[in-house]
Amino acid sequence: MKSGYRYLAVLSSIVLVCCGALILNQSVVSAAGEGKITGTVKLDGAAPHMKGIDMSKDPYCSKAHESSPAHLEEVVVGANGGLQNVVLYISDWTGAATTETAVPVFDQKNCMYTPHVLAMDVGETFKVVTSDQTTHNIHPLPNPMTGNIPWNQSQPPGAAPVEKSWKAPEVIPVKCNIHPWMNGWYVVVKGPYATTDDSGNYTINGVPPGNYTVTAWQEKYGTQTAKVTVAAGAPGKADFKFTAK
Amino acid sequence: MRTRLQKWSLLVGATAVLALPMAGWAQLTPADFEKRIGTESHIGNITGHAKDGKADYRRYCVGCHGDNGDGNGENAFYMQPPVFQQPRDFQLGIFKCRSTPTGTLPTDEDLFDAITRGFDRSNMPQWNTFTKQQRADLVAWVKHFSPRWVSEKPGAPITIPPEPEITADRIKAGRDVFARVQCWKCHGVLGQANGPSAATLQDDLGRPIAAFNFTEGSRPKCGDTDRDIYRIFMTGLDGTPMPSFADNIKPDEAWDLVFYLRTLMRPNSKEKEMAKQLGLKPVDPNAPAGQQ
Repeated sequence: MKSGYRYLAVLSSIVLVCCGALILNQSVVSAAGEGKITGTVKLDGAAPHMKGIDMSKDPYCSKAHESSPAHLEEVVVGANGGLQNVVLYISDWTGAATTETAVPVFDQKNCMYTPHVLAMDVGETFKVVTSDQTTHNIHPLPNPMTGNIPWNQSQPPGAAPVEKSWKAPEVIPVKCNIHPWMNGWYVVVKGPYATTDDSGNYTINGVPPGNYTVTAWQEKYGTQTAKVTVAAGAPGKADFKFTAK
Repeated sequence: MRTRLQKWSLLVGATAVLALPMAGWAQLTPADFEKRIGTESHIGNITGHAKDGKADYRRYCVGCHGDNGDGNGENAFYMQPPVFQQPRDFQLGIFKCRSTPTGTLPTDEDLFDAITRGFDRSNMPQWNTFTKQQRADLVAWVKHFSPRWVSEKPGAPITIPPEPEITADRIKAGRDVFARVQCWKCHGVLGQANGPSAATLQDDLGRPIAAFNFTEGSRPKCGDTDRDIYRIFMTGLDGTPMPSFADNIKPDEAWDLVFYLRTLMRPNSKEKEMAKQLGLKPVDPNAPAGQQ
């Protein structure tokens, strides 16, 4: 072979090998044998003090919290140091982006968002509802450069639910312009996910056997990852510990 | 590198390997928006071309909107919110004054009207001195800064029913809408932009912003016809705290609200006269919606 053509042949094969490796790396998602990943997320150290919220600008809101004042929810720690509102997802997921789950619901209740953090899949429909007798507006603020476009809808008392979805994975802050203390998060991921409960426990369902990287996201402390193996009948286990700051 | 074939092979191979990881929507540079130099706009029977808008943009617009259309022109520093809003960042593709639903792109006509009309109480002048062709070319140039127009169609313009006759009953019904959806929270019960939530309002980029003061006498930013006002609250002003009420106000009620808003505004109007004759009082923020 002439030296020039040999060069071309070598380069072409490198490109083909790279492409091949990427394609073959897609794990085969089996319909049967759906396993799960469980674990607990804890906070190491004393939980930071969460400031109380002055809701006097809206008497309806302050009345709702007369007996139990509201606090900011950046870090919510339950019994035994369990961290609530942590989202767990599989960061190297190669199966279908949208998996079957119940419709995620975001409620505006007593002038706070419930839940504070709502996880969902790319393309998954979620619902925003209001339980309050005061007007809110629901205003997610994604970065338009990701492909997710911000929108802003009013939610007066008795408003019908708003149903939307997002195009791209992103951590999206959500706010109400009328009640500036109201802030929450939409964590948009691909594949199965879970959010920790008030004891810091989580279960990610619908995970076929295989090796995965699980990522835990907390709004103040950022992310941590862990490698996990799921086998038929043997759930993967991944515990996380964030250090209090 | 000995032979030309070797050089080209290396170039092709390197490009192929480097192109494999998928690129996301990164920071926009001239190399990126230059790809969209062929962007067109269509307003009526006029077609605008981005490349023909370039010269006018560099002469008249760059000072505020910046070389890269991101709102960082030299003059931007002197526009201090909330008194003066900052120039628009065209790379984001988010616009206040639209005929389309919240979260969707404006039509070419919306952008054409924005350039023609300017924005009261801002540094954006009326550019009606340009010819229609010039303005259409500028619309195309403005569009070329954002990749959104490549993959996304503008929203479907909202349907606005014909404007009904102004009656006392409609003005009273409009007052009920104002109370029910609680416009007064930001705009105040007299429309003086002094509602309980007014002081903490911020735009999408976290900069202070003021609610519209109906009593001041200046025009609403998106135009001052009844239709313009209708569109404002039925599409929302994207990028600002002002939401869309399209899901919560029926089209017929929306006209009632427009008439009530006129009673708060400075220029004398039929609505204002009628409200005076009715002895209409401001809404009571403490009364429940049904008992105004």
